[in-house]
Amino acid sequence: MVKQLLSGNEAIAQGAWEAGCHIGTAYPGTPSTETMETFAKLPDVYAEWCPNEKVALEVAMGASAAGARVLVTMKHVGVNVCADPLFTAAYTGVNGGVVILAADDPGMFSSQNEQDSRYYAMASQVPMLEPADSSEALRFTKDAYELSESFDTPVMLRSTVRISHTKTPVETGERTDVAVKPYESNAAKWVMMPAFAKPRRKDLVKRIDSLKKWVETCPYNTVEQGDSSIGIICAGSVYQHVKEACSTASIFKLGVTWPLPSQALHEFAESVEKVYVVEEASVYLSDAVKACGVVLDEFETPLPPDGEVHPENIRASLGLSLPEHREAATDVPGRPPALCPGCPHRLIFKELSRLKAIVTGDIGCYTLGALPPLNGIDTCLDMGASVSMAHGFELALKGTDHRPVVAVIGDSTFAHSGLSSLVNTVYNKGVGTVCILDNRTTAMTGQQGNPFNGVTLQDRDSRELDLPGILQALGVDQVTEVDSYDMKAVRKALKEATLHDELDVIIFKRACVLLDKSPKPTMFVNGDCTGCGVCKTLGCPAISCDPETGISAIDPTLCIGCNQCVQYCAFGAIEMREGGAN
Amino acid sequence: MTQSHVYTILLCGVGGQGTITAADLLARVATAAGLDCKISEIHGMAQRGGAVTTIVRFGDSVSTMVCDKGCADNIVSFERTEALRNIEYLKTDGVLVVNDEEIKPLPVLTGKASMPARSKEHLEDLGATLIPATSIAIEAGTAKCANVVLLGALAPTLPFDMALWEDIIRANVPPKTIDTNIEAFRKGAAYTQGA
Repeated sequence: MVKQLLSGNEAIAQGAWEAGCHIGTAYPGTPSTETMETFAKLPDVYAEWCPNEKVALEVAMGASAAGARVLVTMKHVGVNVCADPLFTAAYTGVNGGVVILAADDPGMFSSQNEQDSRYYAMASQVPMLEPADSSEALRFTKDAYELSESFDTPVMLRSTVRISHTKTPVETGERTDVAVKPYESNAAKWVMMPAFAKPRRKDLVKRIDSLKKWVETCPYNTVEQGDSSIGIICAGSVYQHVKEACSTASIFKLGVTWPLPSQALHEFAESVEKVYVVEEASVYLSDAVKACGVVLDEFETPLPPDGEVHPENIRASLGLSLPEHREAATDVPGRPPALCPGCPHRLIFKELSRLKAIVTGDIGCYTLGALPPLNGIDTCLDMGASVSMAHGFELALKGTDHRPVVAVIGDSTFAHSGLSSLVNTVYNKGVGTVCILDNRTTAMTGQQGNPFNGVTLQDRDSRELDLPGILQALGVDQVTEVDSYDMKAVRKALKEATLHDELDVIIFKRACVLLDKSPKPTMFVNGDCTGCGVCKTLGCPAISCDPETGISAIDPTLCIGCNQCVQYCAFGAIEMREGGAN
Repeated sequence: MTQSHVYTILLCGVGGQGTITAADLLARVATAAGLDCKISEIHGMAQRGGAVTTIVRFGDSVSTMVCDKGCADNIVSFERTEALRNIEYLKTDGVLVVNDEEIKPLPVLTGKASMPARSKEHLEDLGATLIPATSIAIEAGTAKCANVVLLGALAPTLPFDMALWEDIIRANVPPKTIDTNIEAFRKGAAYTQGA
């Protein structure tokens, strides 16, 4: 069999498919997204994007109760959203196997925090598997369905960005056809009210005992007996860094990170002179190993408490030499990500900045509106928080002479959890302005479908939700729809909405530029440019200015002719290039 | 090359320049040569015009997927300032191939920062092979295959037959672009071998 290079995400999808998994549910989130996208393309499966992770897990539990095998995928912060069903799903258990991927982001490459999903496994008492490469990702996922059904529990699978987004050789196999199990009503198992939950709690306690026995000898934890002077306990991608940094050490590689194999860890600790835990961005593993009664040695030079751990950090902690290297150049300018040329969010943030509004932001590409030169966002907390935090600002500032408070949220994020926040504002007669940036897609994670663009994961028929209709039905009196590219209309809508003390919702509508990559006519700067610099305050990557004269220039390879800058030039110095598309 | 040597290649550039496509082709060559291989890439927010790096590691047995300071056998940079940003990752005797172009980041475009002075001279002092990949790509047929020109420039320093490289390119680029990509690859290789 020829091995293929698959990312961890692709391998997890393949593993679920080979296990005969019938249904996949997810909300996109880096670094998990490609898992469900890959699964959806495999034959004989049903997969859907859900508005959020709580819904995804609940759909999964319904499908499991009815007898299907289900895959649920999300990024680490998605587990917060589905924590409610997760903790009780640990009580009900499953009928068809349920595997939940939590993709963590140590180093926060594309996240707002670096929480460790293993705490959720421990807290909900759901077993957690943790692969160390794509080959294990496939095997662990495939086996997780048997595990789920034999122990009657959902199984969590943890990856990190270095597992999800690293391609390694994988041997793929065939799909095992698994029939959907019969469903029989069983209130004692599926109705979690006190009378039934109490006995299920006792069942859960028994299950934990049997999992703890199983984990001592399960095939997912492995000991590599090396030099007995040093023993390292680790898991996941960190195992690969440990192998790189200190290939001679004895290594206890955990493939199950909850529950831990207490006895096996004790035996390992006794077989070596010193025993360390190596982990990143968390103390979960060292605390859990210590809780097993294993006495750990401490590094003289501790590992970094936050961010990723790389082999060089491990070598430094072990007192091993580091390779010589050149010093990085000190005069290199930063290269932060930026809104794309033509991004419809740009003009909104320019106008909010101009309005000197207090802007509560949300999660998506538009969070980049916080960066210079737009500086258009005051807060970003979690999915949906823009709307509820704006309400909080208004409550605290009530009766004072304050700057206008404006919430900014994307279409997909609004469907995810902005709706319930807005229900709260309407219900409590809150005021302020909510801007829904409807760019017709879930842009940041790679243009996925969502309820407000009516695109589904497997391109099945859908129904695009009526955004203005929903807002009106919620009881929002002032709903305006504005073209995000029309500067005058955007300015007018924001001004009117922020002038009075009522709740206004403005829908700024214009498709994400990445949805249509066809060549467009571009702009150029004519001889009338005075070097005033207004166009560069838009922060468009296509616009530059001469450092000596201040005269602007537009890069025709980046410009898509969106016309935003033209509307800000008081001198008529920006024009569309004759002859159309570049 | 010793039997156990693991090669580490760091490809860097600006989101959207095609570093991942180039890294994938390299990884396919290594895999076709029967080697263990890992490619690590960072997706997400950085793709919006931010600085990006992709690591390809191959050898008999590859452990980590990241590249520590002083550990890259080769750096292939799609842009000059990104080469300077990543120079600490290069082995002291490593090979540096750089696309001889600059892309200004937003802080420079808005006048809040400036490009490094004499980046070209600095890179030459570091022993870099500076290659006009875009103009070579245009000669080959389209600016879009600048990434394959850079792969061509990298290829002679790696232990793979040029015929294997070309087989992999043929099998993995869109059929209509095969001739252009092969031409781009050969021109890149000729540039390094002539340098």
